[in-house]
Amino acid sequence: MILVAFVTILMVGGIFAWIIANWNKDLARWISVAALSIDFILGISIWWQNPTIESSTWLLQFTAKWVPSLGISFSLAIDGLSLLMLLLTFFLGIFGVLISWNEIQDRVGFFHFNLLWVLAGITGVFLTMDLFLFYFFWEVMLIPMYFLIGIWGHENRRYAAYKFFIFTQASGLLMLLAILGLYFVHGRATGTFTFNYFDLLNTQMSAGVERWLMLGFLAAFVVKLPVVPFHTWLPDAHSQASTAGSLILAGLLLKTGAYGLIRFVLPLFPSASAEIAPWAMLFGVIGILYGASLAFSQTDLKRLVAYTSVSHMGFVIFGVFAFNEIAMQGVVMQMITHGISTGALFVLAGSIYERIHTRDITSMGGFWTKAPFMSVVGLIFVLASLGLPGLGNFVAEFLTLIGSWQANPVLTIFATLGVVAATAYSLRIMQKVFLGNFTTDKTIPDLSFREKIIMIPLVISIIWLGLFPQPVMNVVKKVISIQFVTEKVSTTENSNGDK
Amino acid sequence: MNLLVTPLLPLLGSFILIVAGSRLPKRMVPLVGAGSVGLSAIATLILGYRFISNSLTSIDITAWQWMDVAGFSPAIAFHLDALSLIFIFVITFVGFLIHVYSAEYMIDDDGYARFFAYLNLFVCSMLTLVLANNLVLLYFGWEGVGLCSYLLIGFWYTEEKNGYAARKAFIVTRVGDTALGIGLFMLFQHFNTLNIQEIATQAPQHWAVGSETAMIVSLLLLGGAVGKSAQLPLQTWLPDAMAGPSPVSALIHAATMVTAGVYLIARTHAIFELAPDALMIVGIVGAATLVMAGFTALTQYDLKRVLAYSTISQIGYMFMALGVSAWSAAIFHFMIHAFFKALLFLAAGAVIHALHNEQDMYKMGGLKKKLPVIYWTFLIGASSLAALPLLTGGFYSKDQILWLSLAGEHGNIWFFLFGLLGAFITSIYTFRMLFLTFFGEEKTHVHHVPGNGINIPLLILAGLSTIGGFIELPHSFGHFTVFSDFLKPVLPSISIQEGFEGIEWMIQLIAAGVAISGVYVAYVFYILKPGLSVELKSSAADLNSFFFSGWGFDALYDKFIVRPFVWIANINKRDIVDQLYEGLVWGANALNRVLAFTQSGILRWYIMGIVIGGILLLALGIVKG
Repeated sequence: MILVAFVTILMVGGIFAWIIANWNKDLARWISVAALSIDFILGISIWWQNPTIESSTWLLQFTAKWVPSLGISFSLAIDGLSLLMLLLTFFLGIFGVLISWNEIQDRVGFFHFNLLWVLAGITGVFLTMDLFLFYFFWEVMLIPMYFLIGIWGHENRRYAAYKFFIFTQASGLLMLLAILGLYFVHGRATGTFTFNYFDLLNTQMSAGVERWLMLGFLAAFVVKLPVVPFHTWLPDAHSQASTAGSLILAGLLLKTGAYGLIRFVLPLFPSASAEIAPWAMLFGVIGILYGASLAFSQTDLKRLVAYTSVSHMGFVIFGVFAFNEIAMQGVVMQMITHGISTGALFVLAGSIYERIHTRDITSMGGFWTKAPFMSVVGLIFVLASLGLPGLGNFVAEFLTLIGSWQANPVLTIFATLGVVAATAYSLRIMQKVFLGNFTTDKTIPDLSFREKIIMIPLVISIIWLGLFPQPVMNVVKKVISIQFVTEKVSTTENSNGDK
Repeated sequence: MNLLVTPLLPLLGSFILIVAGSRLPKRMVPLVGAGSVGLSAIATLILGYRFISNSLTSIDITAWQWMDVAGFSPAIAFHLDALSLIFIFVITFVGFLIHVYSAEYMIDDDGYARFFAYLNLFVCSMLTLVLANNLVLLYFGWEGVGLCSYLLIGFWYTEEKNGYAARKAFIVTRVGDTALGIGLFMLFQHFNTLNIQEIATQAPQHWAVGSETAMIVSLLLLGGAVGKSAQLPLQTWLPDAMAGPSPVSALIHAATMVTAGVYLIARTHAIFELAPDALMIVGIVGAATLVMAGFTALTQYDLKRVLAYSTISQIGYMFMALGVSAWSAAIFHFMIHAFFKALLFLAAGAVIHALHNEQDMYKMGGLKKKLPVIYWTFLIGASSLAALPLLTGGFYSKDQILWLSLAGEHGNIWFFLFGLLGAFITSIYTFRMLFLTFFGEEKTHVHHVPGNGINIPLLILAGLSTIGGFIELPHSFGHFTVFSDFLKPVLPSISIQEGFEGIEWMIQLIAAGVAISGVYVAYVFYILKPGLSVELKSSAADLNSFFFSGWGFDALYDKFIVRPFVWIANINKRDIVDQLYEGLVWGANALNRVLAFTQSGILRWYIMGIVIGGILLLALGIVKG
């Protein structure tokens, strides 16, 4: 039941916030915070009860009949991976509300409704074990996000919102086709037509069919992740969205793509995935380097950070298709740490925008003198982005790389070079924004109390993940290691094939 | 005394200064900053006493398990042995003296607390680097010192050029770090662990001498080392790093961080010994760097840049020593160099301060009388750098390298000759620096005479760079080998090639002669006949500017790496891939316009369309039929 509560609390909270905002805007904000906090505490309590997750992979399951004649059920389940993703969702969600406290004054109720429904959609995506329901939640994420960008965004928001919608919708439809395809293939073969994830695992199909179905799923996830060359919706969406929108896009929405790869593509289509692995890794490396080079040249702070996301997400697909436990553990860490560090950078960009009303880094500089607290926070997240040991992102990238080395050394060398490129663009942020001479005539107050409430937990968590990543990794250990027991064989074949 | 205390104290200091820095009263700042490092030095002494009196070979301690995934399980764990003990001794003691010096030196700076916070963080990272029991933790410290170096080079952040120098240092060393990282991946693949001791014991069983994998791994480690230690071809960042305050140059860019590469190679010597060719390359890198940097130092006029190139050159000696497997000689030179180079940088800083930030040696002069303490200590440091015989520490450490580069089991006449040439140049540029700065007429007025906070650390370092040499005396002269005996459990000793046993005194005589003649040359050029150097400079202007620019490496990298990268990045600022999608949109719009054009509302066009369509259909039917 607790699993249903995760989603319903957010959906109901969203509706309440919408209604109540007509009378009291702040109350709507408080309701949103409360809904997310309850979910967060629920999530923590699940973790508390299962600290190492040794006993069984699935911690909780919930199934209710929905459309039994078509084999559609309302089926939710949580394992370590989902749990971590949920915690990240609620954690960042709370900050999404807090950061919008002053920024959003227009249509406050509808804003919070959309915010909570996006988060509800994301929550559903991380929980559902029925492919039909999965597609439903996938769409639930999409539409409120479209509004979040299109209504409360910056100057070019319409364009960005359309672009976001078309990219995700088109690729989502391909996934729908693949879902239906899988449904029929499985139904024909076994006689039971079902959308249930567990039943669909190990569906027998020919290599050709498997490949096409896999590509359908892949399409949705690589657009969401995003993988170059399907990334171009992202810089527009990220830079045009309001701060909370960018935070959720970068911190969470991208992670649904990564989650999809791990949850669906690899287990449902193991041999087709192994087949495309070298290509997927190649595109990962291209993304790492291409994103980095674009990040280096941007002058719009949010756009710059958006391209760093493209680069960092390259590590995700790179590691996923390396097919080994270490790299996969790195990928999961990358999902979490990137969510936190990039989210924090967007929050900072938002705070700066509130102060000087521009995102152009050429008109920034020397903030250290005026706003040392903000600058130190900025420094920490810039360092996280360049993969400094001691911060969570290092653990993620190092595990990904050391694992991928076993699968494909040549590509790993290029991926490692991405770290040098990351140094270049990250330090450029530092230089242009915080160092140098203070030139603008505007006043830059240091972070406010509310902003500190947001940044301090983010700083603590990124350091904690860098120094004590093991508790988090223990949560997914079982989920990951199970996947690779059966796939050990294909991994070795694969790595031999490359040499 | 717990081993963890040593790195933890500076970390604590740094934490206090970061959190409370601006609110602390000004005199509390150095108390926390220098105090934490001082306590850490005392902890080191106690540790060292316990280590030696119980004749331990190592102390191990695990703080916590950092990660543990599928056999990859680095811990936050420290390993103290003779090698790391020498390093932590130098780091904490020289570090402490530099902190004390900074307390006076930086007193008027707005970023007083920030300075000590970074400096403390540096000491902690550096201690982590040398105490790490596994290579991932070593890498942690390695990047940590890189970060502090970045922060401290760009300490005066309002100056654009300082920021540039800081970024350059970080990015260039990161290129080396990438190689190091890949080396770690390979090591893990082969040994399934990154624990340094385990690798050291397994490597000889796993790889034969001369194995190709050992060679590749060694070269990758070397890649990391040349980045951090500013050796060819990644040396370009160090001279620019002088943008940082002088105590930073002394601590990070002379005494400790830049020797991390030497530490790395010494620490992983078990791997290098399996790859004699890689070791040879280490030696060649060292020999080439020491000569290259020496010539460049000869032409600089900025006092700190002379010292920077001199540091590159002296680390070149250490690399050459490593290259001929003279492990303990390399570490000995590291220690002595840390003493005298820190001394020289601190003294230079005092001079620069006294002259109101004047760094050009040609605008100095005659400071001998005005700044007597600085002069005498600088003289002692300079003599040590130039390796003047018998009394200076530098003589004993450098002499050992020269001797072993010729007579050691992997010795080679070319290494020896390069070393000798380097020694000659070293003593010329060192005394050129001394003569220009302290002799002749006074060109800039002395604003401010340094106080005891500056003088005392200088005097202590002067003492150390003299006595330090006596703990390891050559065979031909005293034969006192405390230092190498101490290191023997960690670093194997070196045997002498046959036929060389008796001639050590000759080599020493040659080395001494070379050093003294260098001083004489400098004396002739800069005191006796100052016109000569000007003449020489103008007669070989091209060569001079070639040397001056550091042999054109900066221009080369700028032209072939930096500018192409920036060019590509900027030309693609609008993202070519996005243009493709824009093209798609444009195409769809164009098609729409074309098709919309047919919907004109003019009836005769429609009739015409129907007729043409009908004819086509008919024609099709006839053809098919």
